[in-house]
Amino acid sequence: MSLAQTDCKPAATGAQGRRINMIEAINEALEIMLARDPDVIVMGEDVGYFGGVFRCTAGLQEKFGKSRVFDTPISECGIVAVAVGMGAYGLRPVPEIQFADYIYPGLDQLISEAARLRYRSAGEFIAPMTVRSPFGGGIFGGQTHSQSPEAIFTHVAGLKTVIPATPHDAKGLLIAAIEDNDPVIFFEPKRIYNGPFNGYYDRPAQAWKNHPDSAVPEGYYKIPLGQARKVTEGEALTVLAYGTMVHVAEAVCREKSVDAEILDLRTLVPLDIAAIEASVEKTGRCLIVHEATRTSGFGAELSALVTERCFYHLEAPVERVTGFDTPYPHSLEWAYFPGPVRIGEALDKILQD
Amino acid sequence: MAEGPNSARGTGSNKPGLSLHVPEPKFRPGDAVDFGHVDIGAPGQLSRPDETCHPRELHEHAYGLVRVLGDDDRAHGPWDPKLDADTLRTMLANMALTRAFDERMFRGQRQGKTSFYMKCTGEEATSISAAMALAADDMVFPSYRQQGILIARGYPLIEMINQIYSNKGDKLKGRQLPIMYSSREKSFFTISGNLATQTPQAVGWAMASAIRGDSRIAATWVGEGSTAEGDFHSACTFATVYNAPVILNVVNNQWAISSFSGFAGSERTTFAARALGYGLAGLRVDGNDALACYAAERWAANRARANAGPTLIEFFTYRAEGHSTSDDPSGYRSAQERSEWPLGDPVNRLKNHLIALGEWDEDRQAEMDREAAERVRATTKEAEANGILGHGLHHPFRTMFEDVFEELPWHLKEQAEQAIKERQIKWPGSLDQ
Repeated sequence: MSLAQTDCKPAATGAQGRRINMIEAINEALEIMLARDPDVIVMGEDVGYFGGVFRCTAGLQEKFGKSRVFDTPISECGIVAVAVGMGAYGLRPVPEIQFADYIYPGLDQLISEAARLRYRSAGEFIAPMTVRSPFGGGIFGGQTHSQSPEAIFTHVAGLKTVIPATPHDAKGLLIAAIEDNDPVIFFEPKRIYNGPFNGYYDRPAQAWKNHPDSAVPEGYYKIPLGQARKVTEGEALTVLAYGTMVHVAEAVCREKSVDAEILDLRTLVPLDIAAIEASVEKTGRCLIVHEATRTSGFGAELSALVTERCFYHLEAPVERVTGFDTPYPHSLEWAYFPGPVRIGEALDKILQD
Repeated sequence: MAEGPNSARGTGSNKPGLSLHVPEPKFRPGDAVDFGHVDIGAPGQLSRPDETCHPRELHEHAYGLVRVLGDDDRAHGPWDPKLDADTLRTMLANMALTRAFDERMFRGQRQGKTSFYMKCTGEEATSISAAMALAADDMVFPSYRQQGILIARGYPLIEMINQIYSNKGDKLKGRQLPIMYSSREKSFFTISGNLATQTPQAVGWAMASAIRGDSRIAATWVGEGSTAEGDFHSACTFATVYNAPVILNVVNNQWAISSFSGFAGSERTTFAARALGYGLAGLRVDGNDALACYAAERWAANRARANAGPTLIEFFTYRAEGHSTSDDPSGYRSAQERSEWPLGDPVNRLKNHLIALGEWDEDRQAEMDREAAERVRATTKEAEANGILGHGLHHPFRTMFEDVFEELPWHLKEQAEQAIKERQIKWPGSLDQ
């Protein structure tokens, strides 16, 4: 852990306090909201007695009972659909889709139903649900446990998409998402459930306890949706990232001594465009990093927005570092993953003149 | 033998060639229609088990047909709901009003006042009688042909017409295709237009009601054709798993646009029989028999309210008109089907029953029909003052961007400004914002 130790800034808050990982942070957010709001219910495959395959719901059924926290049939369509119905009743469901790769059977219920209820009923019915789902690769999950489908959801009018990058944010953002009256897709980067990841898969894994953002306040707090987090202040370029890639980008910039201003977007819709514009206008250069496939990925939207809105401040073309346009390969996972080499190349290119 | 099956042997193979079965309806345009092959049983034939019974006791009810009204216009057997004459007259009035409404709105579409309409002619009992068997605050998740529920629940006709015209009086702000109503006040869920999505949503609502220890139940309607959607399977599974207080009504009107019910599997089973495999109570009901529809829905409501479980009801009926104003059924089915339908017309049958009871007569019926038509005509005029589709009297432009989210995010604010700017370019000086 010595490597990680030196990587860390001193914790801004709670330096003396407890340190928790992202799973514990999510579990705490769920526990707090189940306790605060009788309308909140948690459901999904294996989330009840067992506590979830990643343990995010551990202990919740025992504490809140089987009618508040329960297992569901293996039916993502059904899980999302009954959440829509529960929302219409007045509950505030927090369904879990066990892996984002399995969310597709629920897409019609998300896209045609949850996302449009408020609009089509002129506000008579809403879908105040938060769909939690682990996403992203780097865990040797193969093509069915590694995908990053966020752009499918950001393309849909009426859905919010939130992706935390730290335990502190995971808790505050999840509480905000649950309290939000619109449907929220809450993607949890499973590679960093247990510790931040710098992209060097061949080095020892890090633990959250050495990262300042694992200092998570006890009790209720929320982080407003739509606000990016400035990870590092810098002058040379702006890096836009979210989820796991925040940590990878940060590690590569540090390693290359690049004075980067890294923005953790935290919410893709609604996007913190003001923070992006302010940063790019200052640095004049912009690198976008995501793990998802490239074509029509969210990076394309970011690139277009930066080009449209900051063109006369740009000193170099906007660059994108992404996963390749292939299914997520099992054995060649690290060749696919947009790691330090790919990010380093892009940094060199964007900073060359 | 040791080599196993080999389908690539080609010439010389002695295996019979496989053939694909593609269902084909019995009658096509011009064909003489004889529904003799349809087994409709007899009124009063089936027992009425206790509402808390195990689904396995309903085998006959899932394959047979629950019927009450006989050819003698009398009620028969244990499913007779024994409704008083006032209730029967109210039911008949709701059906007459629905039919008058359908006639007028269909004509309005043909006159260019709106883009689209769907009648429920011949299926009135499946929504009106069923709705009357529920409590007014039981939540309904309709498909698109259940306008009878709104009428039975006393929803103002003018709200329906405003919605159909997408005018400035439309509560839904002109966002939805005509007839995709929504009324939280009448416990009527917003109609999707995507098929069968409402089915598992109703189960979710019912689960929520059970989680809360409420006493309200949910009921949903879906066409037989869209039972083929995966959502229907999800609904049946979740309903059974959580013993949800919900009624899944399948309106088997024989036709899904031009595809007959065989394309949803009716050649080899009934839709009610699907219930049995899931462990749901299943009832197959004469959907043109208002008393049977009421009785079955009430049985299922009692069952759900007693925490005894969900029920799947198949209303066996006939879509007497086209799928919608965009459809011409003379292109794919025999026109004789409507007149030959062995279970008659639901309005006539209920009317004749009341007459047989000495509680109604043809003159009163004619007067009621005339009043219904006049009420619809007057309300239509009233609604037209709010505008008809495409004639400018719509909601302000900015409302296009509202309700996508609870609050308007920056990108929608920018797009709203763009829309208003385009408006000013096209109609300089327009005050429409």
